[in-house]
Amino acid sequence: MRTPGFVVIFWRDMLRFVRFRTLLLSSLVQPALWMAFFGIAMSANFNLLTAEIPVPSGLNEVNYLTFMSAGVIAMTTLFTSLYGGITLLFDKNWGLLREVFASPLRRTDIIIGIGLSVVVKSVLQALIILGFGILLGVQYFPGYSPSEVAVAVAGIILFVTVFALGFVFLSSAISITMESPEGLQGVITLLTMPIFFASNALYPIEAFPDVLMVISAYNPLTFLVNGLRYFAIGDSFFALGKMYSYGAVEVVTSLTGLVVFTVLMFSIALWRFRRAVVT
Amino acid sequence: MPDTIISVNGLIHRYGDTEAVRNISFEIADGEIFSFLGPNGAGKSTVINVLTTLLPVQQGHASIAGFDVMVDPGEVRRRIGIVFQEVTLDRDMTVSETLAFHGMLYDMPRDLMKSRIQELIGIVELSGKRDTLTKHLSGGMKRRLEIARGLMTRPRVLFLDEPTIGLDPQTRMRIWDYIHQINREGTTIFLTTHYMDEADQLSDRIGIIDHGQIVTSGKPIDLKNALGQDLIYLETTDNSSAIRIASTQEAIISGEQKKNGVVFIVSEDGTRILPRIIDLLRENGIGVLTINMKKPSMDDVFVHHTGREIRDAGPEKGFSPKSRPGRR
Repeated sequence: MRTPGFVVIFWRDMLRFVRFRTLLLSSLVQPALWMAFFGIAMSANFNLLTAEIPVPSGLNEVNYLTFMSAGVIAMTTLFTSLYGGITLLFDKNWGLLREVFASPLRRTDIIIGIGLSVVVKSVLQALIILGFGILLGVQYFPGYSPSEVAVAVAGIILFVTVFALGFVFLSSAISITMESPEGLQGVITLLTMPIFFASNALYPIEAFPDVLMVISAYNPLTFLVNGLRYFAIGDSFFALGKMYSYGAVEVVTSLTGLVVFTVLMFSIALWRFRRAVVT
Repeated sequence: MPDTIISVNGLIHRYGDTEAVRNISFEIADGEIFSFLGPNGAGKSTVINVLTTLLPVQQGHASIAGFDVMVDPGEVRRRIGIVFQEVTLDRDMTVSETLAFHGMLYDMPRDLMKSRIQELIGIVELSGKRDTLTKHLSGGMKRRLEIARGLMTRPRVLFLDEPTIGLDPQTRMRIWDYIHQINREGTTIFLTTHYMDEADQLSDRIGIIDHGQIVTSGKPIDLKNALGQDLIYLETTDNSSAIRIASTQEAIISGEQKKNGVVFIVSEDGTRILPRIIDLLRENGIGVLTINMKKPSMDDVFVHHTGREIRDAGPEKGFSPKSRPGRR
């Protein structure tokens, strides 16, 4: 039995993930804390503000916690995947990557291996948020049959996977190119701000100024949130005084957008890795 | 005549405007232990990085086991093992995980990998440390693990970049033993070092490298013999005259002024020549203040060819007047 190249990289990254108990624990608890504190606090306010708005008949009204929980999954996935490549910068600076670069392993295997590891972490976090959300009273999967729930969970995992791959590829490309961890930290922080806030993760984007609206419409995070809401809450619901409806077209468009983004990021990562010299 | 396993021709490597490797050519025979001896910054690691495909060939040619490192880097990688200069172990992996990871990188079959790990851990005497995280190993153990890692795939050539840097004398000796043992089993060894004794004791052949060029190469014994029978160090009342006067003697190959005196390389037994020289100098009114005589060491070979010494040499550093400036 031989091991495919990317599995080797994946195995080591998972080994470290499990071994660093604090990293493991914090990455699993952190998203739950977002739900517990930010979610409940904001929820209380928004529910108060929107209490007077009449709900059109036949529409499923969801509370703010339900609305934003998709955003929390999206945000967690964004952070995990954007920071996922950092390990490569440390491996490079500590000399560990030299062993890998001097071996017959293909560079694509490194990119895919790290990607896979981040996907596992992200999916795990997403499932924890879903579980924790249900404990907090989030109204997921309204009126779904068990098989519909299974499909919905699969859909959520699919969206999280494609999105996480896109951003970990980006993160890997940046990490293999940069020299200092501090610089990398700066770049990633700079990226997360607009991606996170110019999206529909925490609030509707319809009230945005035009420029911001365009940005958020093409924001991969918006694509992810669309998919998550469609699968977790349903194709039409009423939240924050607004009606939401996601048809098959929106969902497919969002997924296509994510796939295009991910393929693009993979090409960039591959280009950076092929040029990378590690000594 | 054994086959050539490493062949380097006209290798040049630049970092920006600095030429780190300037037109280096050499060959290493299959089964040899070959050393690059030179100070830090001489270009040793750059050559290793090029040969191990970590750096591209900018100019010139290099091939290992018949494969060009630029054309077939994959084939080259499958045939080499590397022990890097700095420790490159994952602190949070165990000894056996470290070796398994390496084996998997080279796509080793599982069963072979397991038996090889078992065998190598025994050879480098880490049997009790199988499941110890590498961060809990001592410096010498880390080095031994890295050597074991370099041997996981039974490479044709093992590159060792400064294998005993920063290790205590006892550990160095053990590492040397391993290197000899590995070599006896057929692995060609290419090592770089700035320790004279290491190059001297380990190598079949040495290439002295300085400022990116090989200044001389050969068997350690030949390199030393080329310097003559003995080296005589004198401190006199008039050093420059002493060189002029003594150089008339046939047995004296060369005389050179140093900071604290003169050094003569002689082609005959120094114990016989020395009294004659002292008499000769005294007849010419030159007083001899201190005398020292020894067989040429690798240090002397190095100094002779590069005009300077390697700072921070090994623990068993040979004597030479320049290294003891306070002596009187």
